[in-house]
Amino acid sequence: MIRSEILKHIAPILDGQLAVCNIGIPSQELHAIHDQASNFYMLGTMGLASSIGLGLALAQPKTVIAIDGDGSVLTNLGTLPTIANNVANNFILLIIDNGSYGSTGDQPTYAGMKTKLEDVARACGCENVIACAAEDTGTTLQAAIDSGKQTVIVCKCESGNAKMPVITMDPVTIRDRFMGAVKA
Amino acid sequence: MNISEKLVADFAANDVGFITTVPCKQLAGVIDAVEAHPDIRHIPANKEDEGMGLCAGAFMGGTRSAIIMQNTAIGVTINTLVTLIQYYRIPLPMLISYRGELREPVACQAEMAVHTKALLAQLNIPTYHFHKLSDADEFDAILKYTFMCNKPVAILTDASFWGGYGE
Repeated sequence: MIRSEILKHIAPILDGQLAVCNIGIPSQELHAIHDQASNFYMLGTMGLASSIGLGLALAQPKTVIAIDGDGSVLTNLGTLPTIANNVANNFILLIIDNGSYGSTGDQPTYAGMKTKLEDVARACGCENVIACAAEDTGTTLQAAIDSGKQTVIVCKCESGNAKMPVITMDPVTIRDRFMGAVKA
Repeated sequence: MNISEKLVADFAANDVGFITTVPCKQLAGVIDAVEAHPDIRHIPANKEDEGMGLCAGAFMGGTRSAIIMQNTAIGVTINTLVTLIQYYRIPLPMLISYRGELREPVACQAEMAVHTKALLAQLNIPTYHFHKLSDADEFDAILKYTFMCNKPVAILTDASFWGGYGE
Protein backbone atom coordinates (compact mmCIF):
# COMPACT_ATOMS: atom_id res chain seq x y z
CA MET A 1 0.00 0.00 0.00
CA ILE A 2 1.03 3.59 -0.60
CA ARG A 3 0.01 6.63 1.46
CA SER A 4 -3.09 7.47 -0.59
CA GLU A 5 -4.39 3.93 -0.16
CA ILE A 6 -3.92 4.20 3.61
CA LEU A 7 -5.80 7.51 3.63
CA LYS A 8 -8.66 5.92 1.69
CA HIS A 9 -8.60 3.00 4.11
CA ILE A 10 -8.81 5.23 7.23
CA ALA A 11 -11.13 7.90 5.78
CA PRO A 12 -14.23 6.47 7.56
CA ILE A 13 -12.32 6.65 10.87
CA LEU A 14 -11.18 10.20 10.20
CA ASP A 15 -14.74 11.27 9.45
CA GLY A 16 -15.72 13.96 11.96
CA GLN A 17 -12.32 13.83 13.73
CA LEU A 18 -9.95 16.79 14.00
CA ALA A 19 -7.08 15.98 11.64
CA VAL A 20 -3.97 18.10 11.14
CA CYS A 21 -2.37 17.00 7.90
CA ASN A 22 1.20 17.24 6.75
CA ILE A 23 2.26 19.63 3.98
CA GLY A 24 2.35 18.78 0.29
CA ILE A 25 1.02 15.65 -1.35
CA PRO A 26 -0.36 14.15 1.92
CA SER A 27 -2.69 17.14 2.34
CA GLN A 28 -3.57 17.07 -1.38
CA GLU A 29 -4.44 13.39 -1.12
CA LEU A 30 -6.53 13.82 2.05
CA HIS A 31 -8.29 16.82 0.52
CA ALA A 32 -9.19 14.82 -2.61
CA ILE A 33 -10.16 11.65 -0.72
CA HIS A 34 -12.10 13.04 2.22
CA ASP A 35 -12.35 16.81 2.50
CA GLN A 36 -14.12 18.01 5.64
CA ALA A 37 -14.15 21.12 7.80
CA SER A 38 -12.30 19.30 10.57
CA ASN A 39 -9.24 18.77 8.34
CA PHE A 40 -6.47 21.33 8.78
CA TYR A 41 -4.31 21.32 5.67
CA MET A 42 -0.78 22.60 5.97
CA LEU A 43 0.09 24.56 2.85
CA GLY A 44 3.60 25.41 4.05
CA THR A 45 6.00 24.93 6.95
CA MET A 46 7.27 21.37 6.63
CA GLY A 47 7.58 19.49 9.89
CA LEU A 48 5.06 21.24 12.11
CA ALA A 49 1.95 19.02 11.78
CA SER A 50 2.80 17.23 15.03
CA SER A 51 3.47 20.51 16.86
CA ILE A 52 0.24 22.10 15.65
CA GLY A 53 -1.63 18.93 16.57
CA LEU A 54 -0.14 18.79 20.07
CA GLY A 55 -0.88 22.46 20.73
CA LEU A 56 -4.45 21.91 19.57
CA ALA A 57 -4.86 18.81 21.74
CA LEU A 58 -3.51 20.60 24.82
CA ALA A 59 -5.90 23.51 24.31
CA GLN A 60 -9.21 21.66 23.94
CA PRO A 61 -10.70 18.23 24.76
CA LYS A 62 -11.55 16.68 21.37
CA THR A 63 -9.38 13.96 19.87
CA VAL A 64 -6.71 15.30 17.51
CA ILE A 65 -5.01 13.15 14.87
CA ALA A 66 -1.86 14.59 13.36
CA ILE A 67 -1.17 12.85 10.06
CA ASP A 68 2.55 13.19 9.54
CA GLY A 69 5.29 11.62 7.46
CA ASP A 70 8.68 10.17 8.28
CA GLY A 71 10.48 12.96 6.42
CA SER A 72 8.53 15.66 8.22
CA VAL A 73 9.11 14.11 11.63
CA LEU A 74 12.84 13.96 10.84
CA THR A 75 12.67 17.67 9.94
CA ASN A 76 11.22 18.49 13.37
CA LEU A 77 12.68 15.71 15.48
CA GLY A 78 12.54 17.92 18.58
CA THR A 79 8.78 17.42 18.53
CA LEU A 80 9.04 13.90 20.00
CA PRO A 81 10.50 14.91 23.40
CA THR A 82 7.92 17.71 23.59
CA ILE A 83 5.11 15.24 22.90
CA ALA A 84 6.54 12.77 25.43
CA ASN A 85 6.85 15.33 28.20
CA ASN A 86 3.53 17.12 27.66
CA VAL A 87 1.09 14.25 27.52
CA ALA A 88 -2.26 15.03 25.93
CA ASN A 89 -4.37 11.91 26.04
CA ASN A 90 -6.53 13.22 23.20
CA PHE A 91 -3.53 13.35 20.85
CA ILE A 92 -2.57 10.75 18.26
CA LEU A 93 0.48 11.17 16.06
CA LEU A 94 0.06 9.00 12.97
CA ILE A 95 3.36 8.83 11.11
CA ILE A 96 2.90 7.37 7.64
CA ASP A 97 6.41 6.06 7.13
CA ASN A 98 7.12 5.36 3.49
CA GLY A 99 10.86 5.85 3.84
CA SER A 100 10.87 8.72 1.39
CA TYR A 101 10.29 12.42 0.87
CA GLY A 102 7.21 11.91 -1.25
CA SER A 103 6.37 15.50 -2.12
CA THR A 104 9.81 16.29 -3.47
CA GLY A 105 10.42 13.31 -5.72
CA ASP A 106 10.62 10.29 -3.42
CA GLN A 107 14.19 10.80 -2.27
CA PRO A 108 14.99 8.26 0.48
CA THR A 109 14.82 9.34 4.14
CA TYR A 110 17.00 8.00 6.93
CA ALA A 111 13.81 6.45 8.37
CA GLY A 112 13.94 4.06 5.44
CA MET A 113 17.52 3.15 6.31
CA LYS A 114 18.94 2.61 9.81
CA THR A 115 16.71 5.00 11.77
CA LYS A 116 13.52 3.54 13.21
CA LEU A 117 11.14 6.30 14.24
CA GLU A 118 9.27 4.04 16.67
CA ASP A 119 12.56 3.50 18.51
CA VAL A 120 13.31 7.24 18.40
CA ALA A 121 9.87 8.02 19.83
CA ARG A 122 10.33 5.51 22.65
CA ALA A 123 13.84 6.83 23.39
CA CYS A 124 12.36 10.33 23.62
CA GLY A 125 10.00 9.09 26.32
CA CYS A 126 6.81 8.61 24.31
CA GLU A 127 4.55 5.94 25.76
CA ASN A 128 2.10 3.91 23.66
CA VAL A 129 4.25 3.76 20.54
CA ILE A 130 2.95 1.27 18.00
CA ALA A 131 4.56 0.24 14.72
CA CYS A 132 2.14 -1.37 12.33
CA ALA A 133 1.87 -2.62 8.78
CA ALA A 134 -0.01 -0.44 6.31
CA GLU A 135 -3.04 -2.72 6.15
CA ASP A 136 -3.40 -2.62 9.97
CA THR A 137 -3.51 1.18 10.16
CA GLY A 138 -7.30 1.38 10.48
CA THR A 139 -7.60 -1.02 13.40
CA THR A 140 -4.55 0.50 15.10
CA LEU A 141 -5.87 4.03 14.71
CA GLN A 142 -9.33 3.12 15.94
CA ALA A 143 -7.86 1.34 18.96
CA ALA A 144 -5.75 4.42 19.73
CA ILE A 145 -8.83 6.66 19.58
CA ASP A 146 -10.76 4.27 21.82
CA SER A 147 -7.91 3.98 24.32
CA GLY A 148 -8.08 7.66 25.31
CA LYS A 149 -4.31 7.66 25.64
CA GLN A 150 -1.70 9.65 23.79
CA THR A 151 -0.41 7.34 21.07
CA VAL A 152 2.29 7.47 18.42
CA ILE A 153 1.62 5.17 15.46
CA VAL A 154 4.33 4.47 12.91
CA CYS A 155 2.70 2.87 9.94
CA LYS A 156 5.06 1.35 7.40
CA CYS A 157 4.08 1.57 3.77
CA GLU A 158 5.48 1.76 0.28
CA SER A 159 6.79 4.89 -1.33
CA GLY A 160 4.56 6.55 -3.93
CA ASN A 161 2.09 9.32 -4.54
CA ALA A 162 -1.37 9.61 -6.06
CA LYS A 163 -1.84 12.36 -8.64
CA MET A 164 -4.17 14.82 -6.92
CA PRO A 165 -4.86 18.51 -7.53
CA VAL A 166 -3.13 21.24 -5.55
CA ILE A 167 -5.29 22.70 -2.76
CA THR A 168 -6.48 26.12 -3.90
CA MET A 169 -8.60 26.90 -0.83
CA ASP A 170 -7.48 30.10 0.86
CA PRO A 171 -5.52 29.47 4.10
CA VAL A 172 -7.81 31.73 6.11
CA THR A 173 -10.80 29.73 4.86
CA ILE A 174 -9.08 26.49 5.88
CA ARG A 175 -8.33 27.94 9.31
CA ASP A 176 -11.77 29.48 9.79
CA ARG A 177 -13.79 26.40 8.92
CA PHE A 178 -11.39 24.25 10.97
CA MET A 179 -11.87 26.46 14.03
CA GLY A 180 -15.61 26.21 13.47
CA ALA A 181 -15.30 22.40 13.57
CA VAL A 182 -13.19 22.59 16.73
CA LYS A 183 -15.88 24.64 18.45
CA ALA A 184 -18.86 22.64 17.11
CA MET B 1 5.40 42.90 41.34
CA ASN B 2 8.71 42.86 39.43
CA ILE B 3 8.95 43.52 35.69
CA SER B 4 8.85 39.82 34.77
CA GLU B 5 5.69 39.31 36.80
CA LYS B 6 4.17 42.46 35.29
CA LEU B 7 4.73 41.20 31.73
CA VAL B 8 3.23 37.81 32.56
CA ALA B 9 0.30 39.44 34.38
CA ASP B 10 -0.37 41.44 31.20
CA PHE B 11 -0.33 38.21 29.18
CA ALA B 12 -2.87 36.67 31.57
CA ALA B 13 -5.04 39.80 31.64
CA ASN B 14 -5.26 39.51 27.83
CA ASP B 15 -6.40 35.87 28.07
CA VAL B 16 -3.10 34.41 26.88
CA GLY B 17 -3.31 30.93 28.33
CA PHE B 18 -0.57 29.09 26.41
CA ILE B 19 3.06 30.16 26.16
CA THR B 20 5.97 28.35 24.57
CA THR B 21 9.49 29.30 25.49
CA VAL B 22 13.00 28.67 24.29
CA PRO B 23 15.49 29.46 27.04
CA CYS B 24 17.37 32.74 27.37
CA LYS B 25 19.38 33.98 30.34
CA GLN B 26 17.97 37.47 29.96
CA LEU B 27 14.39 36.15 29.96
CA ALA B 28 14.90 33.59 32.72
CA GLY B 29 12.79 35.59 35.17
CA VAL B 30 9.92 35.85 32.70
CA ILE B 31 10.09 32.14 31.95
CA ASP B 32 9.95 31.41 35.71
CA ALA B 33 6.93 33.72 36.04
CA VAL B 34 5.19 31.97 33.12
CA GLU B 35 5.83 28.60 34.73
CA ALA B 36 4.46 29.86 38.06
CA HIS B 37 1.31 31.50 36.71
CA PRO B 38 -1.78 29.40 37.46
CA ASP B 39 -3.73 30.51 34.36
CA ILE B 40 -0.98 29.92 31.80
CA ARG B 41 0.10 26.61 30.36
CA HIS B 42 3.86 26.67 29.80
CA ILE B 43 5.27 24.39 27.12
CA PRO B 44 9.04 24.61 26.68
CA ALA B 45 9.97 24.04 23.02
CA ASN B 46 13.18 22.63 21.61
CA LYS B 47 13.27 25.08 18.73
CA GLU B 48 11.35 28.24 17.98
CA ASP B 49 9.61 27.01 14.83
CA GLU B 50 8.31 24.05 16.79
CA GLY B 51 7.11 26.52 19.43
CA MET B 52 5.24 28.52 16.80
CA GLY B 53 3.53 25.35 15.60
CA LEU B 54 2.41 24.63 19.16
CA CYS B 55 1.12 28.20 19.46
CA ALA B 56 -0.79 27.94 16.16
CA GLY B 57 -2.46 24.73 17.36
CA ALA B 58 -3.38 26.19 20.74
CA PHE B 59 -4.85 29.27 19.09
CA MET B 60 -6.99 27.14 16.79
CA GLY B 61 -8.07 25.23 19.87
CA GLY B 62 -9.46 28.44 21.34
CA THR B 63 -6.60 29.50 23.61
CA ARG B 64 -4.60 32.65 22.91
CA SER B 65 -0.91 31.85 22.71
CA ALA B 66 2.46 33.57 22.77
CA ILE B 67 6.13 32.72 22.32
CA ILE B 68 9.16 33.83 24.30
CA MET B 69 12.52 33.55 22.53
CA GLN B 70 15.78 35.26 21.55
CA ASN B 71 16.25 37.45 18.50
CA THR B 72 18.44 34.77 16.94
CA ALA B 73 15.14 32.92 16.48
CA ILE B 74 14.04 35.40 13.82
CA GLY B 75 16.64 33.78 11.61
CA VAL B 76 15.35 30.33 12.50
CA THR B 77 11.64 31.02 12.01
CA ILE B 78 11.24 33.17 8.89
CA ASN B 79 9.56 30.39 6.90
CA THR B 80 7.23 29.53 9.79
CA LEU B 81 6.33 33.18 10.35
CA VAL B 82 5.51 33.64 6.66
CA THR B 83 3.86 30.33 5.69
CA LEU B 84 2.07 29.50 8.94
CA ILE B 85 1.58 32.48 11.24
CA GLN B 86 1.09 35.18 8.60
CA TYR B 87 -0.43 33.02 5.85
CA TYR B 88 -3.19 31.68 8.15
CA ARG B 89 -3.49 35.04 9.97
CA ILE B 90 -2.70 33.77 13.45
CA PRO B 91 -2.08 36.39 16.16
CA LEU B 92 1.22 35.75 17.92
CA PRO B 93 2.90 38.03 20.44
CA MET B 94 6.63 37.32 20.39
CA LEU B 95 8.42 38.52 23.53
CA ILE B 96 12.01 38.59 22.38
CA SER B 97 15.31 38.98 24.15
CA TYR B 98 17.19 41.50 21.97
CA ARG B 99 20.70 40.15 22.40
CA GLY B 100 23.68 41.92 20.86
CA GLU B 101 22.67 45.45 21.89
CA LEU B 102 24.37 47.86 24.34
CA ARG B 103 25.95 46.09 27.38
CA GLU B 104 26.17 42.81 25.46
CA PRO B 105 29.23 40.82 26.54
CA VAL B 106 29.22 38.20 23.74
CA ALA B 107 30.47 39.55 20.40
CA CYS B 108 28.70 36.97 18.25
CA GLN B 109 25.32 38.17 19.50
CA ALA B 110 25.89 41.51 17.77
CA GLU B 111 26.03 39.71 14.42
CA MET B 112 22.33 38.79 14.63
CA ALA B 113 21.36 42.00 16.40
CA VAL B 114 22.30 44.07 13.35
CA HIS B 115 19.88 42.05 11.21
CA THR B 116 17.00 41.77 13.66
CA LYS B 117 15.03 44.94 12.93
CA ALA B 118 15.76 44.77 9.21
CA LEU B 119 14.38 41.22 9.01
CA LEU B 120 11.28 42.15 11.03
CA ALA B 121 10.73 45.18 8.78
CA GLN B 122 11.15 43.05 5.65
CA LEU B 123 8.51 40.68 7.03
CA ASN B 124 6.11 43.57 7.79
CA ILE B 125 5.99 42.48 11.43
CA PRO B 126 4.95 45.27 13.82
CA THR B 127 7.94 45.75 16.11
CA TYR B 128 8.29 47.44 19.50
CA HIS B 129 11.61 47.98 21.30
CA PHE B 130 11.69 48.07 25.11
CA HIS B 131 14.83 49.94 26.19
CA LYS B 132 13.67 51.56 29.43
CA LEU B 133 11.47 49.98 32.08
CA SER B 134 8.69 52.50 31.41
CA ASP B 135 8.49 51.19 27.80
CA ALA B 136 6.75 48.13 29.24
CA ASP B 137 3.78 50.31 30.16
CA GLU B 138 2.66 49.76 26.56
CA PHE B 139 2.81 45.96 26.75
CA ASP B 140 -0.89 45.62 27.53
CA ALA B 141 -1.78 47.82 24.52
CA ILE B 142 0.62 45.85 22.30
CA LEU B 143 -1.10 42.59 23.25
CA LYS B 144 -4.53 44.08 22.52
CA TYR B 145 -3.20 45.31 19.17
CA THR B 146 -1.86 41.84 18.32
CA PHE B 147 -5.20 40.13 18.91
CA MET B 148 -7.03 42.94 17.11
CA CYS B 149 -5.04 42.59 13.89
CA ASN B 150 -4.24 38.82 13.86
CA LYS B 151 -0.55 39.30 13.14
CA PRO B 152 2.72 38.21 14.67
CA VAL B 153 4.06 41.16 16.67
CA ALA B 154 7.63 41.46 17.97
CA ILE B 155 8.51 43.00 21.32
CA LEU B 156 12.30 43.37 21.51
CA THR B 157 13.65 43.71 25.05
CA ASP B 158 17.29 44.73 25.29
CA ALA B 159 19.89 44.41 28.06
CA SER B 160 19.34 47.98 29.26
CA PHE B 161 15.66 47.18 29.76
CA TRP B 162 16.63 44.20 31.89
CA GLY B 163 19.17 46.21 33.89
CA GLY B 164 22.29 44.87 32.24
CA TYR B 165 23.58 41.45 31.48
CA GLY B 166 25.00 40.44 34.81
CA GLU B 167 27.95 42.84 34.64
